[in-house]
Amino acid sequence: MFHTRTGQMKALLRQWQLQSMVIPGILWMFIFCYIPMLWLIIAFMDFSIAKPMLESPFVGLKHFRDFLTDDRFWRSIRNTLGMSSIKLVLGFPIPILFALLLNEIRSLRFKRTVQTISYLPHFIAWTIFGGIALNWLGEGGVINQLMMALGLQDRDILFNSEPQYFWWITFFTDTLKETGWSAIIYIAAIAGIDPGLYEAAELDGANRWQRMWHITVQSIRPTIAILFILAVSGILGSNFEQIFMLKNNMNMKMAESLDLYIYNMGLVSGRHSFSTAVLFARSIVALGLLLLANQSSKKLTGDSIF
Amino acid sequence: MARHGGLRRIGLFEIFNTLLMLAVCFLTLYPMWFVLVNSLNSPEQASLGTVNWFPSELSLASYSVAFNDKTLMNGFYITTMRTVIGTVVHVLFTAIIAYGISKTNLIGRKLYLKISLITMLFSGGLIPSFILMTKLGLYDSFWVFIIPSMYTFFNMVIFMSFFRTIPDSLEESAKVDGASDYGVLFRIVLPNSMAVIATIALFSAVYHWNDYYQGVIYIHSQELLPLQTMLYKIIAENSMSFMQQQAMAQFGARLPGNSIKFASMMVATLPILIFYPFIQRYLVKGVMIGAIKG
Repeated sequence: MFHTRTGQMKALLRQWQLQSMVIPGILWMFIFCYIPMLWLIIAFMDFSIAKPMLESPFVGLKHFRDFLTDDRFWRSIRNTLGMSSIKLVLGFPIPILFALLLNEIRSLRFKRTVQTISYLPHFIAWTIFGGIALNWLGEGGVINQLMMALGLQDRDILFNSEPQYFWWITFFTDTLKETGWSAIIYIAAIAGIDPGLYEAAELDGANRWQRMWHITVQSIRPTIAILFILAVSGILGSNFEQIFMLKNNMNMKMAESLDLYIYNMGLVSGRHSFSTAVLFARSIVALGLLLLANQSSKKLTGDSIF
Repeated sequence: MARHGGLRRIGLFEIFNTLLMLAVCFLTLYPMWFVLVNSLNSPEQASLGTVNWFPSELSLASYSVAFNDKTLMNGFYITTMRTVIGTVVHVLFTAIIAYGISKTNLIGRKLYLKISLITMLFSGGLIPSFILMTKLGLYDSFWVFIIPSMYTFFNMVIFMSFFRTIPDSLEESAKVDGASDYGVLFRIVLPNSMAVIATIALFSAVYHWNDYYQGVIYIHSQELLPLQTMLYKIIAENSMSFMQQQAMAQFGARLPGNSIKFASMMVATLPILIFYPFIQRYLVKGVMIGAIKG
């Protein structure tokens, strides 16, 4: 369109207003996204926050060797994978089941009311929700009273001080808080299914379960696949706000996820370079996981993100 | 549902399913009800820890302790300020960029889009961001709540696709009348985008209201702590706040911590609970737009 450099300059000047809308944003991205990405390089240095960046000495893979031989690192990997696996295996189907069952409710008003109530906890802060959980799990709390009333235990258990319960506590609190919200996307997908399909199936004599399985589930399969890919690729992540709220010195050996390990090493102990090395390695593995999950989903179901 | 005959027999499944849904509602609402009941109980009752459906001894004592606590009220103020300023800044900044990028004749558009897409796929993470905030002087500054959350790629895309649906003829006629690009944006485009602005503003506001983590990481001074970070310290770290010490002096040896904790939790959640019935449809709409894009 423009044959000369000056022509291009003129065109650029003519749209200076549009450009001035976008350029501050691009600058913001450079400062808040690209500079931190560049600073991942401190994973290979002995960085000290008091000195200018380039005065810190390069140490190669020293920090990588250090964390790979740190037992606490491997413990945090185990905790992360443990919590993520419970969430993935037991937690992933729950919102789908909820959406399927909610869809079977006939009264439209009741259905809407249940849905609206179900995603309220998503908007309650983890400080509040975690605070309630800590109270319920503590001495004389709701859970202890319930268990004793049911005759399942004969004395108070301080659930949150005994590490073996921690993974389950994160699973149950997360399920309670997020099921309704996670179901929205499935409910929307179900709402988009052609009602004619159900009528045809009913005429063919399909019962409720057959319709649910062969029409509803099959129709929302792409949605399920995409969310499953995202869930699998996020397996090295954890809900930091949740874990940070529920952890304490007693349950730390089961509570310290990779995120929390990075936080503890980097910001509590001040080992910036060491923690950044862990961050760096994790980003690479996470990217690999995303690609792997995407490929296997493409092979198995024909649905994928890219 | 239309597909079910209206006169069909109500089977065992319907009964079971309805009960299950009622159970879901109960499990969802009960935790908040529990907090409300205990916050309204007298401190002595709440410290007994018995489970009640209603306050056994109605008392606003805990609320008066909470509302008279200067530290806590300062947290309330900081949270309100960051919610209002943070939301306005986020919506304006993101919408302006989105409008610029939505124009296909923008020179460099493809490059700009690539630059912003990469920010969603990769990030430096906790430690590099912490170093950046320190170097920028944002550590222990109020602006650490505002500036780093001014923009997200996700919301930019939502704005952009909404702007595309506004008929060109509207913008053209304003241009003919001599309006500049900024004039068109502020007088034509934004007033016609109230639905999407409401959605994004609400998500941003809920984020700012509920976030406690930024305060834990970046704030050192007591007077800059948001309400939720204070609650984190009171609940999870069990630190004695000024409030609790005062209450202990007031109520003697019986530790009335619980009901005051619950009252503070209620104060921090009330705005969400009050607005929730009115805003929830916008929030759902936001997820829908996001899901279609993503």
